[in-house]
Amino acid sequence: MGRLFDFMLPENKSPLTADSTDGLFNFINEASLVIFLGVVLAMIYFAIRYKRKSEDDKTPVITHNNTLEITWSVIPLLLTFIVFGWGYSGWLNLKTVPDDAYEIHVTGFKWNWSVSYDNGAQTINEIHVPKGQPIKLVMQSRDVLHSFFVPEYRVKHDVLPNRYTYVWFQAEETGESQVFCTEYCGTSHSNMLAKVIVHEPEEFQAWLDENGGGPSGSPVEQGEQLVSLQGCQTCHSVDGSELIGPSFKGIWGRDRNLADGSSVTVDENYIRESILYPGEKIAEGYQNVMTPYEGRISDEEITNIIEYLKTID
Amino acid sequence: MASASPTANNAATTPTKLKVKRFPPAQTPTNTYLTDEKGVWAWLTTVDHKKIGLMYLGAVAFFFALAGFLAIALRTELWTPAKTFIEADTYNQLFTLHGAMMVFFVLVPSIPAALGNFILPMQLGAKDVAFPRLNLASFYIYVFGAIFTFLSLANNGFDTGWTFYTPYSSDSNSAGIIWVTLGVFILGFSSILTGTNFITTIHKLRAPGISWDRLPLNVWALYATSIIQVLATPVLAITILLLAMENILDIGIFDPALGGDPVLYQHFFWFYSHPAVYIMIVPGFGIISEVITTFSKKTIFGYWAIALSSLAIAFIGFLVWGHHMFTSGQSAVATTIFSFLTFLVGIPTGIKIFNWVATLYRGSISMKTPMLYVFIFIFLFSIGGFTGIMLGALSVDIHLHDTYYVVAHFHYVMMGGTLIALLAGLHYWWPKMTGKMYNEPLAKIAAGFIFVGFNVTFLPQFIMGAQGMPRRYYNYIDQFTPFHQTSTIGSYILAVGFLIILYYLAHSLFKGKQAGPNPWNSRGLEWQSTSPPDFHNFSHTPVVIHGPYDYHQPMEEFQLGLAVEHGHGEEHAAADATSSEAVETATSETTEA
Repeated sequence: MGRLFDFMLPENKSPLTADSTDGLFNFINEASLVIFLGVVLAMIYFAIRYKRKSEDDKTPVITHNNTLEITWSVIPLLLTFIVFGWGYSGWLNLKTVPDDAYEIHVTGFKWNWSVSYDNGAQTINEIHVPKGQPIKLVMQSRDVLHSFFVPEYRVKHDVLPNRYTYVWFQAEETGESQVFCTEYCGTSHSNMLAKVIVHEPEEFQAWLDENGGGPSGSPVEQGEQLVSLQGCQTCHSVDGSELIGPSFKGIWGRDRNLADGSSVTVDENYIRESILYPGEKIAEGYQNVMTPYEGRISDEEITNIIEYLKTID
Repeated sequence: MASASPTANNAATTPTKLKVKRFPPAQTPTNTYLTDEKGVWAWLTTVDHKKIGLMYLGAVAFFFALAGFLAIALRTELWTPAKTFIEADTYNQLFTLHGAMMVFFVLVPSIPAALGNFILPMQLGAKDVAFPRLNLASFYIYVFGAIFTFLSLANNGFDTGWTFYTPYSSDSNSAGIIWVTLGVFILGFSSILTGTNFITTIHKLRAPGISWDRLPLNVWALYATSIIQVLATPVLAITILLLAMENILDIGIFDPALGGDPVLYQHFFWFYSHPAVYIMIVPGFGIISEVITTFSKKTIFGYWAIALSSLAIAFIGFLVWGHHMFTSGQSAVATTIFSFLTFLVGIPTGIKIFNWVATLYRGSISMKTPMLYVFIFIFLFSIGGFTGIMLGALSVDIHLHDTYYVVAHFHYVMMGGTLIALLAGLHYWWPKMTGKMYNEPLAKIAAGFIFVGFNVTFLPQFIMGAQGMPRRYYNYIDQFTPFHQTSTIGSYILAVGFLIILYYLAHSLFKGKQAGPNPWNSRGLEWQSTSPPDFHNFSHTPVVIHGPYDYHQPMEEFQLGLAVEHGHGEEHAAADATSSEAVETATSETTEA
C-alpha cells in the first residue's frame, strides 16, 4: 500500500472494502490529479506563452479539431466505465450478506441507537460484536430518518421508520470504532453517536451470556437499567443539568409549569402520560421533540421507571 | 461552427436583401437606460429588461450577503466542538437558512435572472425580452416568495435542512416549515416565467443575421437552462403541494405514520433538485465561453461541442437524480442505473473544460479580472467535477455520502463554479451595465483573497469528510478540530475578498472612470452599443454577418444595422433604404426581421 491519497481515509478495519472502496478512492484521485494537472498547467502555460503583446494581436482561426475532440471525449468515457464497474462490484459486496452472518437488531430513534441481540440482551449506543465473523445489522427507525455510518468499516445505510434496512461487515481485529448518524434528525443529531466494540469470539459469548434476558433486580434497579437502555439520559439528566428535556432530579411530587400556562403535579399518571404521549403536556421552556413510547414499552416497565424516578433527589 | 461568410440558414424562405450601414457606438452616450426613466417609482414599474436585471442583481447580492453572513456565523460556531457561541437549535436553523437562501434566492436566479436578463436581449440585438411585463412579474413573484421565507422565521423558523426531508419535515410542529415551502413554491413560478420568456426571446427576437450557428454560447447556455427551468420546476411545486397536503390535511403521502413513504419524497425532491444544479451551473458555462474568447481575442474552440454539451447536460441531468439516494433504500437496479448515467453527465462537462483550454492555445491572452476569474473557475470547478466522479462511484459514495466530502464537493461546484462564473460575468459586463470601470489592481487582489480563502475553507473539508465527519453536525469529535479551525480561518479570508469587491464596485459607481462602449475590444454584439446602453439597447436594428467570436474579422463589420431609423421592421427598411445614407452595404439572408 502506501498510496498518495491514503492520508485522507481513516484506518480500514474491514478488509472486504480495502480494494473496492479504498483502492477505487485512490484510483479516482490519482487519475483526477493527472488530468487536473494537465488542464491547469496547460492553462497557465498558454497564459504565459501567449500573453497579449498589443491590442492589435492577430490570432489564428482554429474552430475545432475532430481528432482532439474525440480523444478527449472517449478517454474520459473509458475511465468512467472503469470507475463505474469497480464501484458497482464493490457495492455488490456491500449488499450481499454471507449466509452465516450473525444478526443484531439496531433501532435508531432521536437520538440514540438501541441494540438487541438474539438472546434478549440489550445495549444502548454500544454494538458488541465478535471478531472474525460476518455481522449483519438489521436496522429500523422509531421516528424520523437516521443513517448508520461506521467510517472504519466504509459502510453506511439510511435507517427508515417504515422498513428494515441492513449493513454488514466483518471485523478482523478487536477494538472500538466510531458510529455516526449521518441523516439529519434534529437538535441532537450530532450527538447521536455509538461505538462498535469488537471482542474475541469467546469473550463476546461471555459478555452475551452475562447480559442476556434484559433488566433484573428490584423494581428501582430495573427502572434504572430501563432509563439507561431506552436512552432517556440523552435528553433527561439525573444530576439536574439542563439538556433537551427537563432533568429527572427531584421532579417527583413537584408542581410543573406547562407551555400552555397551566401546571400539573408530577405523579404516576403524569409520568405515564409523558412517556406514552409526550406531546400531550409540554413542560414550559421545552420543545415537543420526544418520540412517543406508545406500544414500545410495557406497563410493568413504566411502573419500574416511575419507582426509579421517585428515588432521584 | 461560426462561419465567416453569410450562410443561408433556411432554404424555404426567400432571401431578402437588406440595406445596412455602420453604427459605431458613441464614446459617451447622451441618453441611456439609466437616464431615460428616473425615480424609485420608474424603477419599480419598469419593464426594461436591463433595469429588471439590475433589480435582480441587487436582490441576489442582498441574499448572498445575508446567507454569507450566516455561513460565517456557522463556521465560527464550528471553531470548537459543542457550543462556541450559539445553541444547537439555532445552529440547525442557520444552516438550513444558509442552504435554502443560497439555493433558491441566490444560485438559481443569479446568472439567468440577473446577468442573463441584462445581457441576453443585447446579445440577440433585441430591444427587450419577448414578454417584458411577465419579466417584471417574475421579479415580484421572487420578492413575494422571499417575504414568505422571512415570515417563516417569524413563525418559529425551520430546521430541516434545505432538502425538507420527510418525515422530519412533516413531523415538525413548527409552522415555519409551511411558510418556507410556500415561499419556495411561489419562487418556482418566477423561475418558470423567466425560462419561458428566454426561450421565446431566443426563438423569436434574434436580430437579422443571428442564425443558430451565430448564437453566442452564453445564449446557448441560457437556452439549455431555460428548458430545465420550465420542465423541472413544476415537479418541485407538485412535491411541495403534496407535502402541504400531508401537513395540513393529514393525507399519507410521505409520512410512514400516515401510510406514506419517505423515500418517495426524496425521489420527487431530487427530480427537481438535481436538474436545478444544472440550472445553477450551466449559465456559468455561458459566461466562461464569452469571457475566454474576448480575453484571448480568438475564435472559440469547438463551438458546437460547447453549445451541444450544454443541451446534453440539460437532458441527461434529468436522469441522474437517484445518485443522491444511494444509501436511501431505493431499489438496487435503480441505484445501478443512476450511477451509470451519472458518469455520462460528467463527460460533456469535461469536454467543455478541454475546449476552453484549447481556445487559449495561440490566443492573445490578457489577464484582466474577468479572465482571472475564468482561470479560477477552471481550477475550482475541475476539482468539483472530479470529486463528483468520486461520489458517483457506488462503493465510494457509500462511505462519503452525507459527509463533509459532499459539502466540499458541492461548494466547489456551486461556489467555485457558479459564483466564480458570476463574478467573472459581473466584472466583464460591469462597464456595460454601469458605464464605469472599476479599480483593476484591487479587483485582482480581491480575486486572490477569494481564491486562497475558498481553498483554505473547503480543501480541509474533503479530508475530514473522507475521514468520516458527517455534515449538518453542531458538535463533533475532537479529532476533526484542526480541519474545522482551518476551514473557519479560510471563510474569514473569503469574506475579506467579498468586502473588497463591495468597496471597489461601490467606488466605481460613483467615481469610476468612463468605460467607453467596448473596453475589452470584444466582438460580442452587446459591446456594439453605448455603455450604459440606450433604453432600447441599440439606436438601430443590428444586422449580424459574423459569428460572435470571429476575431479575425474587422470590428467595423460587427457594427452594422438596418439603414433606417430604429426598429420599424423590414417593410419600412425596404421603403426607406434608398434615402438612407449607406456608408457600407452588406447582403444578409435572414429569416427574421
